[in-house]
Parts: sequence; C-alpha cells; structure tokens
Amino acid sequence: MDLSALLPTGNRQTSDNLLDRWHIDGPLLAGLVVLSAASLMILYSSGGQDMSLIYRQALRFVMAFAIMIAIAQIQPHHLERWSPWLYGVGVVLLTMVLLAGEIGKGAQRWLDLGLFRFQPSELMKIAMPMMIAWFFAEQSLPPRTSRIAIAAALIMVPVLLIVKQPDLGTAILVAAAGFFVLLFAGLYWRWLLLMFVAACAAMPFLWNHLHDYQKKRVLTFFDPENDPLGAGYHIIQSEIAIGSGGVYGKGWLNGTQSQLDFLPERSTDFIFSAFAEEFGFIGVCLLVSIYLFVVLRGMYIAAMAQDTFTRLLAGALTMTFFIYVFVNIGMVTGLVPVVGVPLPMISFGGTSVVTLMAGFGILMSIHSHRKLLPT
Amino acid sequence: MRVQITIKDHLREGKLFTNRVVIFAVICILSSLVLVSRAAYLQIMNHDHFTTLSQDNRLNIAPIEPVRGLIYDRNGVVLAQNVPIYNLKITPEQVGNLKATLTALGNLVEITDADLERFNKLRRSNRPFKSIPLRFRLTDREVANFAVNRHRFPGVDIEPELTRHYPLGELMAHAVGYVGRIDEAEFQKVDQVNYDGTSHIGKTGVEKYYEDILHGQVGHQEVEINAAGRILRVVNKYPPTPGQNLHLNLDVRVQRAASEMYKENNGALVAMDPYSGAVLAMVSMPSFDPNLFVNGIDSKTYKEMTASPDQPLYNRALHGQYPPGSTIKPFLGLASLELTYPGKGANVFCPGYFMLPGDSHRYRDWKKEGHGIVDLDKAIVESCDVFFYELAANMGIDRISAFLKQFGFGARTGIDVPTEFTGLLPSREWKQRERNAGWFLGETVNIGIGQGYLLVTPLQMAVAAATMGNRGLRITPRMVNSIQDPLSHETQTLEPTKAGQVEITDPASWEKIVTAMTRVVHFYRGTAKGISNGLQYHIAGKTGTAQVFGLKQDETYKEKDVDKKLRDHALFIAFAPAGEPRIAVAAIVENGGHGGSVAAPVVRKAMDTYLLGEEPLATTLLQEP
Repeated sequence: MDLSALLPTGNRQTSDNLLDRWHIDGPLLAGLVVLSAASLMILYSSGGQDMSLIYRQALRFVMAFAIMIAIAQIQPHHLERWSPWLYGVGVVLLTMVLLAGEIGKGAQRWLDLGLFRFQPSELMKIAMPMMIAWFFAEQSLPPRTSRIAIAAALIMVPVLLIVKQPDLGTAILVAAAGFFVLLFAGLYWRWLLLMFVAACAAMPFLWNHLHDYQKKRVLTFFDPENDPLGAGYHIIQSEIAIGSGGVYGKGWLNGTQSQLDFLPERSTDFIFSAFAEEFGFIGVCLLVSIYLFVVLRGMYIAAMAQDTFTRLLAGALTMTFFIYVFVNIGMVTGLVPVVGVPLPMISFGGTSVVTLMAGFGILMSIHSHRKLLPT
Repeated sequence: MRVQITIKDHLREGKLFTNRVVIFAVICILSSLVLVSRAAYLQIMNHDHFTTLSQDNRLNIAPIEPVRGLIYDRNGVVLAQNVPIYNLKITPEQVGNLKATLTALGNLVEITDADLERFNKLRRSNRPFKSIPLRFRLTDREVANFAVNRHRFPGVDIEPELTRHYPLGELMAHAVGYVGRIDEAEFQKVDQVNYDGTSHIGKTGVEKYYEDILHGQVGHQEVEINAAGRILRVVNKYPPTPGQNLHLNLDVRVQRAASEMYKENNGALVAMDPYSGAVLAMVSMPSFDPNLFVNGIDSKTYKEMTASPDQPLYNRALHGQYPPGSTIKPFLGLASLELTYPGKGANVFCPGYFMLPGDSHRYRDWKKEGHGIVDLDKAIVESCDVFFYELAANMGIDRISAFLKQFGFGARTGIDVPTEFTGLLPSREWKQRERNAGWFLGETVNIGIGQGYLLVTPLQMAVAAATMGNRGLRITPRMVNSIQDPLSHETQTLEPTKAGQVEITDPASWEKIVTAMTRVVHFYRGTAKGISNGLQYHIAGKTGTAQVFGLKQDETYKEKDVDKKLRDHALFIAFAPAGEPRIAVAAIVENGGHGGSVAAPVVRKAMDTYLLGEEPLATTLLQEP
C-alpha cells in the first residue's frame, strides 16, 4: 500500500521527501525545534525542577507545532482572501473585550469563550500584517500617499483598542507588525524620518496619557537605582543575574539569582536572565545566533516569495519575531524599558507560542507553495 | 492570483522589495550585535561587579544570639531561666491578601487589637521581605491549630525563640529585676556587634547590673538566603559563647517567709550576712510579675501599675527613703560613748517631754508620763526619746553627722544592683548648700530620735545593723555569690569587700550597745519583747516608729483616728545571734504603726527561717506559682 497517497501533496516538482510533502521548511523547523528544546531545558532549571511545568510547556509546543504544520498546508491565496475577514473579526473581538472583557491582571485582555479564554490581541498580531499586506497587494509598489494614510488608519484602529485595555507592550508590537508591512512595501525613508520627528514631538503629550505604572517603568528604566526595592528591583536583579554569569555561566541548575528567587518572573519575561546566568556569554551568543538564523531564514523566504502579498507578509512576520527577541533581551539587559514582552519560543506561556508558530506556519506555507517560474 | 498583478511593474517592485529585505537583514544582524555587546558589557566587563552583588544577595551573615546566663538562689533554685516560646511572624510581601489572612488567622489564634496595632507599627518601619511578629507566646493549642492550617498561609510562620522567664514571679521581681526588649537608646550604649542578634537586655536589678556577664558573646553564621530572606543553608557557623550563670546569695526561703509576713502591708526588708555582705533577702512590697515586662507590657496594665497608690514597681529596699526613727538610737548611743562632748555620761530625767533652754517648744516622748531617771541602757531598751533629745543637743550636729557617716548613712552602699538611693545624712554644710540656711539646734534635737532631715534606705539600715553586729567592720552588700561558666562549670566566687571600719577606742563600748539592743528583745521592758517568745538564739535589735504625720503641739496621736496612709511607719533593725551574728535585718512596714509589734515579727520570721531552717526548701519549691 502506498502511504504517500494519504499524505498531502507537496511541491512534487523539487523533491519528494517527507518535509516537502508536508510543506515544511527544513531549516526553519530545525531552528524552532532547537529553540523549544532550549526552552524546556531552561524552564526545568528556572521553574525549580518542576516536571509538571515542563509537561505543560511541552504540550503547548506539540499543539503549536501542530497548528504550524496545519497552517503550512493552506495555500497562500486562501490566506490572502481571508485577511480582511480575520482583521474584521479581530477588531470586533477587541471591541468586545473592552465592553465585556473579564478583568485580568488589572487590565482587560481576555475574552472568556466558555471553554477557554482567548486574547484577541494575539490574533491581531497575525491579522494585522495580513490585512496591511492584502491592502497593498492590490496596487503597484511603492504605495501612493493616500493609500499609506488609509493603511495608517487600518493600523491605528486595533492598536488604539489594545492601548485602551491597557496593554502598551502588545499594542506596540501589533503596530510594529503593521508598520513593517509599510516599510517592506517601500515607504520612503524620508517619510520614516518625518514620522520619527513627529513621534518625538508628540512625546510630552503621550507621556501625560500613560498610566502611572507605565510612567514608573519608563522612569525606572532611566534610573533603576532610584527605587531598588520597588520598580527597579526587577531590572537590577536581572542585570546581576546576567552579569554574574560571566563568560561560561554558573552552570545548569546552579544560577543563584534564579534558584534563590532573587530574579522575578524568571520563567516568563525574565527567562533570558536565568539562561544568561547559567550559560554565560557563550550561551547568550549561541542563543542569539539561533534567533538570527531563524530570522535570516524568514528574510530569505520573504525574498524568494513570488507575489506582493506573500512578500510583505513574510517580511513583516519575520521582523515582528525579531522585534520580540530584541525587545525582550533589550529589556532584561537594561537596554529598553520594561514592557511585558516574553522571549519568543523560550518563555513559559501559552498564547504567544501558538501565535508565533501560526506565523511560522504562514512562512512555511508561503515558501512551500511557490510555483517554479519558467526561466 | 489576482488579475491586477499583470499590470503591475513586477521588475521595479521586485527590486524595491529585495532592496528592503537586504536592509532589514542587515538591521537584524546589527541589532543582534548590539544585544551581544550588551551581554559582553554585563558578563565580561562587569562580571566581577555583578558577581559581588550576586554573592551579597545570596549570602547573609546572620548573628546568633548567645543564650543568656541563668540566675540561681543560694540553694540552687532557678530564679531566671530561658524557655522556648513560639511567635507568629508574617512576611507581608509573601502574603497575597493581608487583610484576609489576618482575619483567617484570627480564627486560629487569638489576635488582640494591641497585637494588630504593634504589627502595623512594625510594618511601617520594617524592611521589605522581613518577617514581622504578630503574636508572642502562642499556646500549644494555637501552635497545633496553625500547624495543620499552615498550607493556607504562605508568608506566615511560627518561629521558636528562647525567652526569659522568672518562675517565682512576684517573689523575686525587685531583687533579680527583669529583662525587656532592647530599645534604641540602650542599643547605642552597648557593643553593637555583640548585641547584633540580641533582642533583650537587663532593665533592672541584677539582670541589669550583671548584663555584661549574663549576656555572653554573639556568634554568627554565614547563611544562604533566598529573595524572601528565608535561610536555606548554613555555609559557615561560629557558635556564640553563652552568658555566665549567676549564683545569688539570696535565699528563696527567707525571701518568701518575709514576703508572706507583709500580707496586705507595703514595706521593705533587707537581710544580709554581716561577715560576707551576702544579701539573703531583699523584699519590697507590693511586688509585680516581672514576666509581664519581658516581651512588652500592655499599656493598660502598665498604667494601672504606675497609677496605683501602692506603687508596686517601686523598689522600696533601694529607693525608699524613710526617717529611721528610733532605730538610729543605738548608733547615737555608741557615739555618746566614743565621743567627748559637754554633759557626757550623765543620766537624764524624763518627764515625758524635752525643752531647749529658752524655748517653750515641747519635744514629746512617746511615753506621755515619762520614763523617770534614764541611763543609756534604759534609753535604748525602752526607747526613751527625751534621753536622746538631750544627747543630740549636747553632741551637736557636726559630731553626729561625722560619726553616723562611718556606718554608711547618706552614701550608697555599693551593692551590685543599679540605682540605689543615698538617703540623707544632714550636716551644717549640707543645709547651707542645699537650703541656703543656717542649722538650728532644734533640728539636731529631732535627729536624736531619727526624725527631721535624716533619711535612710532599708538597705542602708541593714548595712548599719550588720556593721553594729560586726563591731565596726562594714562590708559592702553583695547580691551575687559566684559566677559560673556554663560550659566548663568553672566557678568564680566573689570575695567580700570591706566598705569601712567604725573607729571605736574602747571595744567595751560595742558590748554595751549590743547588750542594750539584746535587752530590747529579751528584757521584759524591751520594746520588742513581743518576739522573744520561744527564741532559740539571742537577737539584738532596735524598734523604730517613723512619723509620717506631723502633730501639732497640743494634739495627741491616736492610731485609730488617723487615716491609714498617714499612720507611722514601723521599723525594726536587728542582728542575730547577738554575740557572733550571722544575719542582720532591717525591715520597714509602711503605715504599720509601732515597730516592736509590727516590724519585729517580720524580722524574727526571716531570722528563724535562715538560722533554724524552719522552712524546708522542698515546701518552698512546691509553692511555685
């Protein structure tokens, strides 16, 4: 019996191996598997060697990989067609969250769907770049000014809804996802400069509209010693953890900062610090290299993509992923203010892993459904 | 595929896009380099700095409080010990909902408003992640209640601690003193390293005087702690040196026997061994429970104590300054034998009053009808006031002052308990200095019967009696007999120290006075003959009655008419056996009336207990509260 008949039809034109048949990109998969393995290993240490934590995270990875593979099977033009609908549903859900959202962690982010709770802002991380890419795909690039204005409006609506929750960190990331599409679409650099100047000018106004805890985070970023036992505690302890790791690290399970509870949120937002303490500078270089490998592979997929929608989407998703990495590592090393952004693929937590893998599923779909162009 | 795509400029768009991808790829690589450089800055350039901080985080030098020395009486009965208690402590940072937790805890252990008040006060001043005591001295039942519910209370813990306990309670409060929580002012005065882990310090009595010896030397341990401050592992340990044990001269049997004699009366008694200076009993009535002060007395009880007219916190033995009354007479009698002055050696006719030449003021004798012809012996035995009025007037204040000084009046005895008072031995110079006035002869007359400016403490009276018993050798009174090392059991016994010598040219003078004092108790006309019944040894004593209430010239004192608070104080000083005394006692019963009938029985009880061992130790111990 020929089992291959049961398998989905992959890109038979290039080769006939298992990965291709399942529309899976080998290098990307390798990078992600290495990251999830690293995640489990670090979690085992930072979570106090609690195996139940590992099982839960492993289960999440299995689910997330399944979702990734499932999405990879979808033809990119289907995705393109669904884009406005997905975006519309996202906006509606975000509105519902604001109206009827359950209070969680002092902010309204969750929607209780009976069986499980769902964070519509996570959906928006995918829906946003899809929508903007869909919008730009209709016409030639670079886009005209009027279309850029409309795109900006499309970005701002969900972003403002998320800011209202309030969840500044996610709002920035969702905005970035949409904005990267703009950049890949060929937004003039001088426009970018103009927007930067405008943003700086708007700073004082924005500052007044920040919540107290957000202001505090920014102030703490500039001077953590100012409040060593309060808001600055996180960042000080995080830097101590990383710095005391040295070149070679204190060794797996031997990080005193994380094992003795000095490092807060050491399995979630600050897991990088726990990792850097135990694996040292060498570990940090390795981890950053793996991330960079994944990102560059994403860029390669974007460059190889054959139409406007897939190019823009692949590029934006990849950059969004990198922004996660950069903001999280930058945050725990004291380069950027503390915003609640997990380290992608490594931090303990559910929704973000699923969202990320869905994004990689799209990348794989884009790459594996290419048509070989006649030369 | 969309139709529009065919009309798009594919080539231009492709070029533009590739261009952007390359730019972003470069940005990603550069950003990664920024992250890696930052890691290098933290992990390589500043590694040492952060390693130090990490060690500071992890390791903590925790002081170990030394175990405080124990205090025993002369029979080996424990007067002060250390008992384990269980305190309930909370680390607020680890408690989710503090209010709910406190409410829930209230169902398991008793938490009073005072506990909450103290807890909230401590909370405001505490460092984060430090546990704060909520309740002291949990009962066994409360400990058990909490233990089974512990899982419901993260951040709440029971901590065992050794605390000072005085098993005999009120009985020894004034003599032994007590410890209390060390306060900021006290902490400034002590060696702060040595007291780093110490929560309590001696506040009064022997506990305070021998603080250095009782405290011991602090130990410490290097411990690994977590962020919550919880000790996980001991890395290094340097054990503390426990404080030395004190063996006091006090005899709980004498102390108890004497205390019980006071019943409802206020007063004080000091008993000592004349030869060694050993303080056998130090009673001040009423007393209080020193255990209340160890972990902080509640303000209501404290206010009640300080507001009470009986002043239970006041140590009358050291701080009570009373007119000695007639108990001063043997000392003046000795002075009359030793000194040279006008009218020396003459008998006196006592008509019941004394008048100074050229003055109509009558100095009354306690015996209205008078004693008739009185010599020194009769004057002491029957306590004739008129004889001593005349004696004092003849000797003059300067001679009296100088002579009495040799017995230690007007000066601290040097006992090993802090804050004794000096009493007052008046002199011409003193009055000029303090009152800016000249000395009047009438004032000297009053001193003849121990009234007027003259003030003594019960301790001074006991020392004076002991000196009389010793025939002039004055020994410093001592609470502590020996200091014992709890580890090596090496014992260092304190030698008696000589405080002075009363210079008397003719030793027979001593015997004359001692004989008269013996007749006070044993002669049928003696003022303390009431206690002579069945005595198995000779007591030499002297009664005294100190006026609290001044009578007008034409008034007579009727005890039953006078308010209890204004009644005379009853005094008695004595030593026994009269020939070679082993115990000297001074007792005062406030507002007790006459010394012979009220104070003397207290003294006899103390003496019988000590000399005859009438109270077996076992029964005393059985009466522990």
